[in-house]
Amino acid sequence: MKHTLSVLVENKPGVLTRVAGLFARRGFNIESLAVGQSEDPGLSRITITIDGAEHPIDQVTKQLHKLINVVKIRELDASCMVVDELMLVKVNAEGEKRTEALQIAEVFGAKIVDVERRTVVLRVVGSTQKLQALLELLQPLGVLEIVRTGIVAIARGKG
Amino acid sequence: MSQDKKLKGSESLVAALEHEGCEVIFGFPGGVAIPFYDALYDAKRLRHVLVRHEQGAAHAADGYARATGKVGVCVSTSGPGATNLVTGIANAYLDSSPLVAITWQVRSDLIGTDAFQEADITGITLPIVKHSYLVKTTAEVPQVLHEAFHIASTGRPGPVVIDIPVDVALGEIVYRDADTLDLPGYKPTVRGHIKQVRAAAKAINEAQRPVLYLGGGVISADAAPEILRLAESRRLPVATTLMGIGAFPETHELSMGMLGMHGTVTANYAVHECDLLINLGARFDDRVTGKLKAFAPHAKVIHADVDPAEIGKNVPPLIPIVGDVRQVAVGLVKELEGMEWSAERTAEWLARIAARKEEYPLQYEAPADGKLAPQLVIEEIDRVTAHDAIVCTDVGQHQMWATQYYTFTFPRQFISSGGLGTMGFGLPASIGAQIGCPDKTVVDISGDGGFQMTEQELATAMSCGLPIVVCILNNGYLGMVRQWQDLFWNKRYSCTSIETQPDFKLLAEAYGALGLTVTEKDEIEPALREALACPRPAVIDFRTSPQENVFPMVPAGKEITEMIGGQAKKTGGRTS
Ligand SMILES: Cc1ncc(C[n+]2csc(CCOP(=O)(O)OP(=O)(O)O)c2C)c(N)n1
Ligand SMILES: [Mg+2]
Repeated sequence: MKHTLSVLVENKPGVLTRVAGLFARRGFNIESLAVGQSEDPGLSRITITIDGAEHPIDQVTKQLHKLINVVKIRELDASCMVVDELMLVKVNAEGEKRTEALQIAEVFGAKIVDVERRTVVLRVVGSTQKLQALLELLQPLGVLEIVRTGIVAIARGKG
Repeated sequence: MSQDKKLKGSESLVAALEHEGCEVIFGFPGGVAIPFYDALYDAKRLRHVLVRHEQGAAHAADGYARATGKVGVCVSTSGPGATNLVTGIANAYLDSSPLVAITWQVRSDLIGTDAFQEADITGITLPIVKHSYLVKTTAEVPQVLHEAFHIASTGRPGPVVIDIPVDVALGEIVYRDADTLDLPGYKPTVRGHIKQVRAAAKAINEAQRPVLYLGGGVISADAAPEILRLAESRRLPVATTLMGIGAFPETHELSMGMLGMHGTVTANYAVHECDLLINLGARFDDRVTGKLKAFAPHAKVIHADVDPAEIGKNVPPLIPIVGDVRQVAVGLVKELEGMEWSAERTAEWLARIAARKEEYPLQYEAPADGKLAPQLVIEEIDRVTAHDAIVCTDVGQHQMWATQYYTFTFPRQFISSGGLGTMGFGLPASIGAQIGCPDKTVVDISGDGGFQMTEQELATAMSCGLPIVVCILNNGYLGMVRQWQDLFWNKRYSCTSIETQPDFKLLAEAYGALGLTVTEKDEIEPALREALACPRPAVIDFRTSPQENVFPMVPAGKEITEMIGGQAKKTGGRTS
């Protein structure tokens, strides 16, 4: 089972290193990590997803809590959160492939953000599954480059 | 400190240290540390002890911290000075000792350029610190030091590194004592949840075969008096870990001594058979549990620790309590007072334990080679110092014999490297302990191997006029490794003979210390008395038998029931 942690940290130098270092040292595998400023300019929010079957989630959060710069940790409830990831994909778009790429993009609500003679770049936002499905369809065209932000997630409603 | 004075960064660090009540720091200077050492030159209250190697500074500060309960402070220059502290920082981390390590760093604008003597010490120490700071501005200095002391000494104690670029030392600020904290992410839980405490008290009250398992947390929480009350209120037999030694007087009838790899038969079997295991401030370390699956197989487990991450890490407890062990013990005693209980409930259990203590004492025979029995040397140290010395040790066989054959009676009496098992810890730690406790007798029990790792600190001990007594159990071997080779590696003694060694008596004399060599049984006591009476440091070279092994022994990863040695009573030997 995947776990999504939303971790509020002090916006201080080296914080990300401490978090990443802790995961490395304790042998916890990070599947995805995204970080950015939060609603409070002094704090950043890190969204981390890990495989809970592999590591007791309880140990992960307790160890994280021991980092002095970690202010708050919240495990998000999968049934009550909004999760998204942004992906940029550069695909081969020579000849007929171009139309195909554009069609696939449309179905997935992906934006074409760059068009060159031989390539197009698609930008898509969505769940990991959606991104995966898109990639599978694009694969036959020739995927040249993929860039992903990692998952960001937020709890629904006031909770 | 008078407020609102203009000070340099280096001076404000001295002022801030004094404001924290710091009396002594252990260190070694170097290029970028000169401004700080210049400020120390004028310090009125803060004393600096000049060690001979930075590892010695870290261990001495650690020994000071363990002996006194105060924060220990060490200082080094950048680069090699800082990296020499690393072992000492790791040692403090694994034994949860409150240490503040101040490392000076190259100029801010040179950081990241591979400047002369630049080492990324906050990076290097990241996995072995409770927290660390790279100070960016002179203005932060007092605040950072204040926070570092707070973090090092509260919750589960641990080392904090403060790395300060030299330009920060040279800048000027209006100094103001820092008294407030800005640590939104740091709020250790002190008071155990009352519901949990109540549930634990009930379980203790109902247990028929309880065991109290005490770790270093009891000592760092200064909880020994409350624990004694708790143990006596329900007549709970007590086993301590290596780090918990001193948490409960070994002269007490409820004491079973140490448990674990080299623990007593009584303690280990009691844990194996108990129906309730009450872990206070210990962490189910593999040296204690052996094979985890077979550990305390019949027991319900209560686990109280100030560090929530320890709870459930190795053993899932039935009743977890997050909180300061002293507060928890106070709560338990209070709850138990209101419950009915009869001594009959545990009478059979206590009788079983008493019988086992009688039948399976720690014991040894005179070595066949006619050399000194190391166990006897420890027994003599115990007798001559009347169970009252602070005993520091190094790491190896002698350390285990010290746990077995010295009778520890009070907290902070036994100072030893547990988690990291750092050879070379003993001598510098004893320096720190003696400086922290000038009125106590301080004995360092070392091996011939480990002593040579930090022996240069004899010069430090000399320069401070410390009357420490270093007892080297000289078996000519890296004995503990030899023991494993003996028992598990077909007696193939690869690279464990250290016969080529200095004459320790002459070595001590070269430093100006008292040096003695002891080869005969009846010389032990007079030598100890002479060394203890000597106002200078003394080194006694006890020539012990190389063939002696530490028993009983639960081989690594095995069950307690697979213990080697620990036979029923033969001859004399101490009952424990
Ligand atoms: C710094 C360090 N290096 C290696 C070891 C591994 N080690 C553990 S005990 C031991 C032997 C110690 O020999 P000695 O100091 O003579 O003590 P003895 O066991 O003989 O009493 C060694 C090498 C260690 N614990 N620490
Ligand atoms: Mg030896």
